[in-house]
Amino acid sequence: MAESKTVEIQVLRYRPEQDDKPVWQSYAVPFTDDMSVLQGLQHIKDELDGTLSFRWSCRMAICGSCGMMVSGKPKLSCQTFLRDLLPGPVRIEALAHFPIERDLVVSVGEFVKKLEGIKPYLIPKVPRTLAEGEYLQTPAQVEQFEQYSSCINCMLCYSACPQYGLDPDFTGPGVLALLHRYNADSRDGGREQRMEVLNAQEGVWSCTAVGYCSEVCPKHVDPANAVNQNKVNSARDYFLRFLSPKRDSS
Amino acid sequence: METFQVDVAIVGAGGAGLRAAIAAAEADPTLSIALISKVYPMRSHTVAAEGGAAAVTQPHDSLEAHFHDTVAGGDWLCEQDVVDYFVAHSHEEMVQMEHWGCPWSRKADGHANVRAFGGMKIERTWFATDKTGFHILHTLFQTSIKYPSIRRFDEHFCIDLVVDAGRVQGVVAVEIATGEFRLIQARAVIIATGGAGRVFRENTNGGIVTGDGMALAYRHGVPLRDMEFMQYHPTCMPGTGLLFTEACRGEGGFLLNKDGYRFLQDYGLGPAGPTPRNKAMELGPRDRLSQAFWHEKQKGRTISGPHGDVVHLDLRHLGEKKLRERLPQIYELAMVYLGVDPAKAPIPVLPAAHYTMGGITADGRTASPLRGLYSVGECSSVGVHGANRLGSNSLTELLVFGKVAGIEAARYATSVSHGPASTVDSLAELARARTLAIVTRSGGGERIATLRREMAQSMEDGCGIYRTAQTLQATCSKLAELKQRYQRVQVDDHSRAWNTELLLAIELGYLLDVAQAMAHSALERRESRGSHQRLDGFEQRDDVNFLKHSLAHFNGDDAPRIGYEPVKITSSPPGTRAYGAAGEKVDAELKAKEHAHG
Repeated sequence: MAESKTVEIQVLRYRPEQDDKPVWQSYAVPFTDDMSVLQGLQHIKDELDGTLSFRWSCRMAICGSCGMMVSGKPKLSCQTFLRDLLPGPVRIEALAHFPIERDLVVSVGEFVKKLEGIKPYLIPKVPRTLAEGEYLQTPAQVEQFEQYSSCINCMLCYSACPQYGLDPDFTGPGVLALLHRYNADSRDGGREQRMEVLNAQEGVWSCTAVGYCSEVCPKHVDPANAVNQNKVNSARDYFLRFLSPKRDSS
Repeated sequence: METFQVDVAIVGAGGAGLRAAIAAAEADPTLSIALISKVYPMRSHTVAAEGGAAAVTQPHDSLEAHFHDTVAGGDWLCEQDVVDYFVAHSHEEMVQMEHWGCPWSRKADGHANVRAFGGMKIERTWFATDKTGFHILHTLFQTSIKYPSIRRFDEHFCIDLVVDAGRVQGVVAVEIATGEFRLIQARAVIIATGGAGRVFRENTNGGIVTGDGMALAYRHGVPLRDMEFMQYHPTCMPGTGLLFTEACRGEGGFLLNKDGYRFLQDYGLGPAGPTPRNKAMELGPRDRLSQAFWHEKQKGRTISGPHGDVVHLDLRHLGEKKLRERLPQIYELAMVYLGVDPAKAPIPVLPAAHYTMGGITADGRTASPLRGLYSVGECSSVGVHGANRLGSNSLTELLVFGKVAGIEAARYATSVSHGPASTVDSLAELARARTLAIVTRSGGGERIATLRREMAQSMEDGCGIYRTAQTLQATCSKLAELKQRYQRVQVDDHSRAWNTELLLAIELGYLLDVAQAMAHSALERRESRGSHQRLDGFEQRDDVNFLKHSLAHFNGDDAPRIGYEPVKITSSPPGTRAYGAAGEKVDAELKAKEHAHG
């Protein structure tokens, strides 16, 4: 085993039943060079203080549970390593821009509501029965949307987005990337229905093109690019509205 | 207690639970469906499945071939009529997923592509790069939003089933954010809570994979079947156990010992060819590969590392371009977590506990012996995997049988009415009181993490890749001790909102019960079959005495009672399980025999 060292981890605690406001608490955590921030928190929970609450599961950056602010930046704690944060102290807070439910746990509900609101499912351009087999889609057509289908809903991009910080009604980068994922899918014919969300005030036009969302994305989804493409679509939609009567979308 | 009345309640919202919910909603849109999960659906562990989902697709493939691979792969402990249904309905489920938007990897002509997988004679594994489970889970979750009759109870932790008058009548859950208890009264309940890999120390599973549903059904008298069969996946990350998909080998990766030698050729899997050959070498089944690792370690031919002995998964010859295209997540895991560029250096790997073959006893239509209770996915033992699951059969299983469970539960729900509210309420109140007693208990002094660690170490030591009566007995004794000490577990946290320590305590109780079912089933199976290997005079398969499923019955504070039931054999009598050149010989003999009888 590698030699064990100790690092100070400071956690912003908030327990709604006892704290009026968030307070910092410090823990001395023994660590090895291969330990993630998550493993540091697990050590606290298991050995030092069972009252610390945080979400985690897969440990491999795919379930999207363990997003938090690590020394001021939105990160997945499972793939952020203590060795990269030396000499410390390592400061851990709940994801910025979200209401804290407790300790490092933020409210996910509003995000999920936004996700549900954009019809995030395939609305077939041409319906097809199972007996007819799969839709054909070339690798190039898959490439049009695949990147945007890789979002793990970790919400780091929302913490990075200054606009979302100002206006929690803003649809936000992750959900807009997902919207683009379906719009860009050659099998899908639901673009027009989704544009109603997009053209609303809290849709794509709220984005001020800072681009930090793409920088913090752990899965290289590049939501900023998706938002930009949607601005083009949204503008086209806006002008087309004057040229042709809207098709009945009921 | 706040109470909801629904027709169908589903516990667990991973791939299996979501597929079941959609099937129930489509079967009868007037039914109300509660989808209850301790996490948001997209956090469920289906998300971590990498390699793919099997379904006969190519013209030169056949349902018989998939059937035979599965049954032989399971060392003839599969329910053959269930496997028949499974292979026949696999392809339509892949197409269904495609119609719902799953981004399957494609061939140049636009059709879905398939890749080779361990123990599969012909390439039939559908995949979405190396994030197949992730894409299946998100596709199902997003599709489920279309159905207004599905009401989700996200981040609701299930503490009990309500069982009265010989049938299940609902579930009791706690809303994690508030600590409020909820009774969800239901005419039918589907359990889809996934496996129990966290009972083992080194494992590939997420923290949430704690056997909750298995333990709940078990405590209410439903036997857990074939629990001694735990799959060790041969290529996992040292220390964390994180998974490097079998697709690494499907795409052509090699396994090397410390001498750079492809050691699998010494274990009946050779000869070693330069390219992947189905059902040979690195494309052998997982049980055989993990066992071969164990033997290499005994011979001193593994490589010692900071987290134990390892062998090398060598992908260098595939080249960076192919790795980035076919195995992007693996590339990143190796780079970020190990600092290894797999295009330039081999990846250190070792076997880790991965998949629970056994589970809640279910018939071919997912029904348990308890009326109204169904189960599907890794928590369930519907009979597809036998003594060893083939990679890429489990994602398919949760789709095929998720649909069945949804339809069956919907059908049953319309045939019965809700039980009397007063009885159900009082049972729910009892469950709440038992749970709150954990928080208010004082003076116990036992720590959750200590017990969990001792359990996981004992399971690895005594109930791992190779077992003896002595090691198993030691584990059984340890588990009995831990169950006693569990009564004295104390939590630091006495609050209601997000009391995750309380949830960990409840999960530990689930884990211990499931671990006992595993260890005692293993102790009683005095033969070697599939993933269950004995070293104490029971090294051979014994069809005379043990061609049967084990059934672990809950027995309160005492050790479980182990019973047996027959295995359904339809067309494939137990034969020789062989891979590599030996397997090809057996196949040729079988074919010759068929011709002779033809």
